[in-house]
Amino acid sequence: MSNNSMILHLTNARLIDPEAGTDSVGSLTVQDGVIVGRNAPAPKGAEVLDCAGMCLAPGIVDWGVKIGEPGERHKESFRSAGLAAAAGGVTTIIARPDTQPAIDTPETLEFVTRRAAESVVRIRHMAALTKGRAGDEMTEIGFLLDAGAVAFTDVFKVSTNTKALARAFTYARSLGALVVGHPQEPGLSAGAAATNSKFASLRGLPGVHPMAERLGLDRDLGLVEMTGVRWHADQITTAGALPSVIRAKERGLDVTAGVSIHHLTLNDFDVGDYRTFFKLTPPLRSEDDRLAMVQAVAEGIIDVIASFHTPADEESKRLPFEEAASGAVGLQTLLPAALRLVHSGDMDLPTLWKALSLNPAKRLGLPQGRLAEGAPADLVLFDPDTPFLLDRAKLLSKSKNTPFDLMRMEGKVQRTWVAGVQVYGV
Amino acid sequence: MTFRARHLLGIEQLSPQEITEVLDLADRYVDLNRRTVKSSDVLAGMTQINMFFENSTRTQASFELAGKRLGADVMNMSVAQSSVKKGETLIDTALTLNAMRPDLLVVRHPSSGAVNLLASKVNCAVLNAGDGRHEHPTQALLDALTIRRAKGRIQRLTVAICGDIAHSRVARSNLILLGKMENRLRLIAPPTLMPPGVDGFGCELYDDMKKGLEGVDVVMMLRLQKERMDGGFIPSEREYYHRYGLDAEKLSYAKTDAIVMHPGPMNRGVEIDGEIADDINRSVIQEQVEMGVAVRMACMDLLARNLRAERGRAAVGVMV
Repeated sequence: MSNNSMILHLTNARLIDPEAGTDSVGSLTVQDGVIVGRNAPAPKGAEVLDCAGMCLAPGIVDWGVKIGEPGERHKESFRSAGLAAAAGGVTTIIARPDTQPAIDTPETLEFVTRRAAESVVRIRHMAALTKGRAGDEMTEIGFLLDAGAVAFTDVFKVSTNTKALARAFTYARSLGALVVGHPQEPGLSAGAAATNSKFASLRGLPGVHPMAERLGLDRDLGLVEMTGVRWHADQITTAGALPSVIRAKERGLDVTAGVSIHHLTLNDFDVGDYRTFFKLTPPLRSEDDRLAMVQAVAEGIIDVIASFHTPADEESKRLPFEEAASGAVGLQTLLPAALRLVHSGDMDLPTLWKALSLNPAKRLGLPQGRLAEGAPADLVLFDPDTPFLLDRAKLLSKSKNTPFDLMRMEGKVQRTWVAGVQVYGV
Repeated sequence: MTFRARHLLGIEQLSPQEITEVLDLADRYVDLNRRTVKSSDVLAGMTQINMFFENSTRTQASFELAGKRLGADVMNMSVAQSSVKKGETLIDTALTLNAMRPDLLVVRHPSSGAVNLLASKVNCAVLNAGDGRHEHPTQALLDALTIRRAKGRIQRLTVAICGDIAHSRVARSNLILLGKMENRLRLIAPPTLMPPGVDGFGCELYDDMKKGLEGVDVVMMLRLQKERMDGGFIPSEREYYHRYGLDAEKLSYAKTDAIVMHPGPMNRGVEIDGEIADDINRSVIQEQVEMGVAVRMACMDLLARNLRAERGRAAVGVMV
């Protein structure tokens, strides 16, 4: 372990700089938790680490991670989530408020902020937009902002109380708060466990039409236009919703969009013989949709890639598909899964790192995601080509519900630093 | 013997040869069932447990009778009223039963895929008696046997499946089976009762019943599954009957020797006219019930043979 006040000089590294869009060999110098030099000679007394040509990039900012505190600590704690994140090259976790109870008061936010000290990586919290995430009454957005909330969201619960939502958006707008929405028409998606398709029909699974995403998105964008709130779509997963995102951006609305790594690397066929680890919210989409999302990330229409890490215990997954819990863990698999998009030739590393690190940090007003002098020394060193077979038992999360179990992956994290301190190393 | 399956989870896993073998054996059991003394001893000493997580009278009775006629010890677990209500999971229920060492487990469950899940946790033969909207393989096999006996073949026929296809596991198993046996399939339903992605099924689709019935050899009616509907699929039962209920006029578009089938229980006056259902020259609905027992005997017989062979190999230590 290096220590904060020491000077760390990382040489012979392939620097992945999403801000500059460059991928070039060089060195970084780190002191007091920040980057103090780039391609500079090693200062006297510095601890020098030869990176052997491996990739050095800003740590991942994973937006939308579920941690089981409070309420479900047996599924994931701040400590276990932090260890998994560090091993996965994630240096900042943006935690979700869909806990039990929901994080909808400054008191619960203070509780999780205190508990988060157990994590080896940075944790920032989103708070609920409405009380109990019920969609009817806005939370104390002002107090919650003061207590450190970085964004406001009811996560996967979609309010049908449009008037209450309009008021919450208007109020959030006045405080400059960022609202995160889940584009889904809840009436159309009620009871669905899969996306409508021949495959889902033959499996006898109740499905949702992909149009439900665009319907929900269009309603929310209407409210954004009406109120002027800063807004982010947590996950865009269907090709049919993309034109709405493009139009909103072209019209100058303060809108960004994300997508989960699972919707970029898996499709609805992967459910196979009712494999519940592939049950996600929203459900996995067709291959055409997946390809459209990959292209949208490459073109910058979709800004953010995240894991939507959702721990679920074995019991809640060992059920018939319709009854099983939804969601997958992803903190530790996000990086190797995302590298598939590079290995497949769909995008280069700086483009990928924009979506994994720079864009979410910028949108949330965080200084992370950059390799510039003065930026926090939150870094990940990885070899993008190391092949391995994923064994879910070896994941550091308390819950092991990954869809990538026994899959071949490429790309392994070698070391992770947060504020210049190494928090993971092989 | 070509039938190699360990479980009967769906038609999807069966080859045309396996389907034919089941039907051939079932034909022999039809003869046995028509005798006064119907007993056989092929399952003697074996234990069959019927586990129905969803209420059923006809299918459960048919499986029970099939097991008893083959000499098995048959037990009915009415799971719908038991431990499941106390919070026990499906897998725990299965493991509990498995510990009682049954040989054949007949399972019906309201969730698609639940029987597949259960089969992966037990070491006896599992028969799917219907899982959600997924499959109901013995129904498709008994329908095939009924068609084969009435038409002399189960290939190159034009078969119309009509009605509530979206909610029907019977329709799914039948279209897989009839497709495997190289028949021409038509699906007739209002668009709200067609499953999503149906255009990829390789069937001809009709929302006009008269056009859909033109020249067909077999008319399979489905029950309107009111209990699976959360409302609003059709405007009313009387409009449904007017447009999609099988009556003499609509049936006149089919071939003159076309047979009429229904998996039961029927909603007379909703999807089928009572007189058509009772017309012994057209309706084979009662034959379907009779074939049901024979087909289930055949399936259990074949699965029991595979189970015995597997256990025999295990006992002498043969690598499997």
